[in-house]
Amino acid sequence: MNGINGQKSVATPVAEAGSQPPAPVTTQTVTSPAATSGKARRGPRRLNRKQRWLLQVASTVAILVAWEIYGRSVNPVIFTYPTAIARAFVDMLADGTLAQAALESLVVLGIGSAVGAIAGIGIGLLAGRSDTVAALIEVPVNALYATPSVALIPVIVVWFGFGATAKSIVVGLFVIFPVLINTMRGVREVDPDLLEVARCYCSSEPKLWRDLLIPSALPYIITGLRLAIGRGLVGVIVAEFFTAISGLGNLIVTNANSFETARMFVPIVVIAVYGVLATALLEWVESRLARWHR
Amino acid sequence: MAHPSVVVEDLSVHLGGRCILEDLSLSIGNGQFVAIVGTSGGGKTTLLRALAGLLPAERPNSIHLDGTPVDGPDERIAMVFQHFGLFPWKTVEQNVRYGLDVQGKTDHDGRVDRLIGMMHLEHCRKQYPHQLSGGMKQRVGIARALCMEPQLLLLDEPFSAVDAITREELHTEVLQLWERQEQMNAVLVTHDLDEAILMADRIVVLCGPPGRIILDVENPISRPRDIQEIRGHTDYIRTRRRLWDALKNGTNGAASEPTKMRAAL
Repeated sequence: MNGINGQKSVATPVAEAGSQPPAPVTTQTVTSPAATSGKARRGPRRLNRKQRWLLQVASTVAILVAWEIYGRSVNPVIFTYPTAIARAFVDMLADGTLAQAALESLVVLGIGSAVGAIAGIGIGLLAGRSDTVAALIEVPVNALYATPSVALIPVIVVWFGFGATAKSIVVGLFVIFPVLINTMRGVREVDPDLLEVARCYCSSEPKLWRDLLIPSALPYIITGLRLAIGRGLVGVIVAEFFTAISGLGNLIVTNANSFETARMFVPIVVIAVYGVLATALLEWVESRLARWHR
Repeated sequence: MAHPSVVVEDLSVHLGGRCILEDLSLSIGNGQFVAIVGTSGGGKTTLLRALAGLLPAERPNSIHLDGTPVDGPDERIAMVFQHFGLFPWKTVEQNVRYGLDVQGKTDHDGRVDRLIGMMHLEHCRKQYPHQLSGGMKQRVGIARALCMEPQLLLLDEPFSAVDAITREELHTEVLQLWERQEQMNAVLVTHDLDEAILMADRIVVLCGPPGRIILDVENPISRPRDIQEIRGHTDYIRTRRRLWDALKNGTNGAASEPTKMRAAL
């Protein structure tokens, strides 16, 4: 009985698809609740929120358990396991080293990302709209983007010292390019039909930005920021490796040098948590800003 | 046609090295609804875009509206687009208000409300374009244009992207709206002869490229028109036949003698 049902449910969508091949995407996106079941059968299986959450928890737990079992069988100098990391976490929290380092890194990350993102969005918007600006920045942007930003860290340290300024600049450098390039692309990709509508209704340039260019570049800007989160985290850790005075990067280096493997993993976990939180924050901002999206 | 309100004189348009329109002249009287029909690539839409001031002028002052030249986008002109041209991040109400908003014409809430009512958009005021059907989207496009109370309304194949039933409904509604007002001129570009005869006071057949006028006829059917009855009208059948012949001959290359065509009518 199940087999027959299964066959039926496969056969129906094939027939539907055959009868109207050109526009499956539109029929799917403009769905009504009634159409959802058909859509679910047509594509890969859709999960509801609870199922997704369960799978996420299951995969995380599975990884942690496997790690714990394997980690316990290895020399603790070489590798560690989750419960040891948790113990080290509590220790480091108690002696204050973790909170201090986490805060130092957060400040560098915050300032560097903010400056990099704002500069990237600003320059990207201008370069997307103006061929002159685009021509002016093209070579330097491509050159700097292609150069591994890590290579510039020694110079930045020479110029700005070992403090938060130098590290923020490194983070800014890591963050600016994905944001800039995506923003520019977003402005370039604006729908020419809508551009004509705006011209036809005699829109001024500032109103054109408000009504058309910025909203249409927004998804691209968000994508740029999403990429920038990962790069910014790399930036802060690498900068702290080099300066090795403060922050989570410093904690990683010093603990690794003294073979405190469990303690070394604690700041790594904190960095991962930063990444997850920043992405979640960005998704929340996106859902508030881009409410017109389906 | 005592005071032609829109005057096009020797308009030529070249795009990408091709001549799209050549020395085209046309004048539209006060309060006239003109339909421009023609084959694809005949320059209909180019003519409309030139009227909207969206094309760079090759010869200054080839288009006048009410005595003053149209040399760029003009606040006296509003356009309804084939592709609807709605902003996806604006609600229906914000889209309707768009033209007034960019031109700094605040304080026209009454007008916005009235048009939302007239185009039956009350129930979806706060919705976004992706939640609407094609017909509803074009209702928004039409309301946005009419909100401007333009001297010249340009309609670029406005009903071609909606289904047949919705098209008929929109025809009826626009026809009623039109027959209630007197000030506006309208130019409708369409490839649908029935739509042209139904809506317009005057029908111009354009053939090309390069686009030239090969037929220019007054619509003999009086207003107010009833969309259901008009199709059985003898004048309707005769006019449709004339337009069809002109289109066919025009594309066959026999269009070099527009005067002869006109005389034959």
